[in-house]
Amino acid sequence: MTTAALQRRAFDWGPALLVFLLGIVLWQALVVAFDVQDFLLPKPTEIAQTLWDERSSLWHAGVYTLKEALGGFALGSSLGILSALVFANFRWMGTAFMPFAVAANAVPIIAFAPIFNNWFGLLNPFSKMAIAAVLCFFPVLINTLRGLTSVDPRAIELMRSYAAGNVSVFRRVRIPASLPHMFAGLKIASVLSMIGAIVGEYFGGPTTALGVTILNASAYSNFTLAWAGIVLASAFGILFYGAVAAAERLTTSWDPSRRAFRTE
Amino acid sequence: MNDRPAVAIQGLSKRFKTGVTALAGIDLDVQPGEFISLIGPSGCGKSTLLRIIGDLIDPSDGTVEVNGKTAHRARLDHDYGIVFQEAVLYDWRTVSKNIALPLELLRWSKEKRQQRVEELLRLVELEGFEDNHPWQLSGGMQQRVAIARALSFDPALLLMDEPFGALDEMTRERLNLELLRIWEASGSTIVFVTHSIPEAVFLSTRVVVMSARPGRVAAIVDVDLPYPRAARTREEPRFFELVTEVRERLAGGEVAA
Repeated sequence: MTTAALQRRAFDWGPALLVFLLGIVLWQALVVAFDVQDFLLPKPTEIAQTLWDERSSLWHAGVYTLKEALGGFALGSSLGILSALVFANFRWMGTAFMPFAVAANAVPIIAFAPIFNNWFGLLNPFSKMAIAAVLCFFPVLINTLRGLTSVDPRAIELMRSYAAGNVSVFRRVRIPASLPHMFAGLKIASVLSMIGAIVGEYFGGPTTALGVTILNASAYSNFTLAWAGIVLASAFGILFYGAVAAAERLTTSWDPSRRAFRTE
Repeated sequence: MNDRPAVAIQGLSKRFKTGVTALAGIDLDVQPGEFISLIGPSGCGKSTLLRIIGDLIDPSDGTVEVNGKTAHRARLDHDYGIVFQEAVLYDWRTVSKNIALPLELLRWSKEKRQQRVEELLRLVELEGFEDNHPWQLSGGMQQRVAIARALSFDPALLLMDEPFGALDEMTRERLNLELLRIWEASGSTIVFVTHSIPEAVFLSTRVVVMSARPGRVAAIVDVDLPYPRAARTREEPRFFELVTEVRERLAGGEVAA
């Protein structure tokens, strides 16, 4: 990266970083100034201290939960993409199934967490993956399907003029054209998978899990530790989202709509 | 060249499901190597006619033959290339890969594709842009990529649906000249839909004047301006006479409808 590019990047991120730091400082100042009790809202410095002191157990818990989230994300997203491909190819199936998919998307899936724990076992990480997977499935399905089916009709007409078969149309036009939509779904799914895993653990799981750590810490009024757990969960969630966004940038740099808001 | 027509249309009609009759009783033969323009008021079905020739829409009545085959067979045999008003480039493909797409479908080897793409880039004067993506090109450049793509597999017939309609006047006139150069070099047949009378006269061997809905062939004007035509062709008295003739035929067609 050139110096100019680095400078521009610093300029892009600078304001957000400044707001973040100001927010932390304000938080600290308000808690000190109004003498807020730890169990209501701990100081950022205390949370940071706890994160450091408990780094080993928190890290393991975080990685354990992240693995559940990743497993659920992989499972739910691949099923979502696969279903979208099937529905886009066999329109009658889309017509038959999509109303249910849309309706199911409105169901509070988290409510099924105790059922999944019962089905797959409280201590089995698959019970959390299943919740995360179901949460990921719908946004990926709906967005990918929209991408596959909202291709410029002339782009398809052109492929017909070349006597291209259905497989070719999918491979060369529909799938690449759907990538920006698919990534919109995957970005939502990355966040949901972390939420699914942690909330799943709230309904029971091994003590090595981050959700259980947060829950137990709260139960024993160790709110600083609960906050530390939340901070770690957020950090992992943001990193995961960032990784998906980076994959998007790599694969859809050609997308003109991405350029619309570029300032360069 | 053989003597069978490049395009033979007989008794062709098209009624849409909506009840609109777009085309009625079209008879038209296009000889190999001709440059035919279809001109007519909006909604006279000239784009529909072009799509029927390309087997992208089915006719309601009548027959279309391309190179002595059914339009369907001709499409499967890659007998024609098509260019739309918008370039319809694939955003995720570079200029080279857009041009090479039909060749990929024809299973040309990578070396042959690359060689052909280089030729075409020279032909449409886009050398140096091969690795650019469509969003990095101007409208005129995009349209030149679309033309190169349509020519890539050297089809005997080129179907063009107002290819320069969205471009500014200067770009349009330059691309008109380029298209004539390409046509003369390749010896292909071109069926060209346009709204512009001067453009139709400037380019064509014959101008097919269509009447308003339902579209019929109102008149066929032979353009006897000699080739190669150049910018100054537009200033010749004969050019103006022909433009006037097409304009009068168009007006007549509208009155008749």
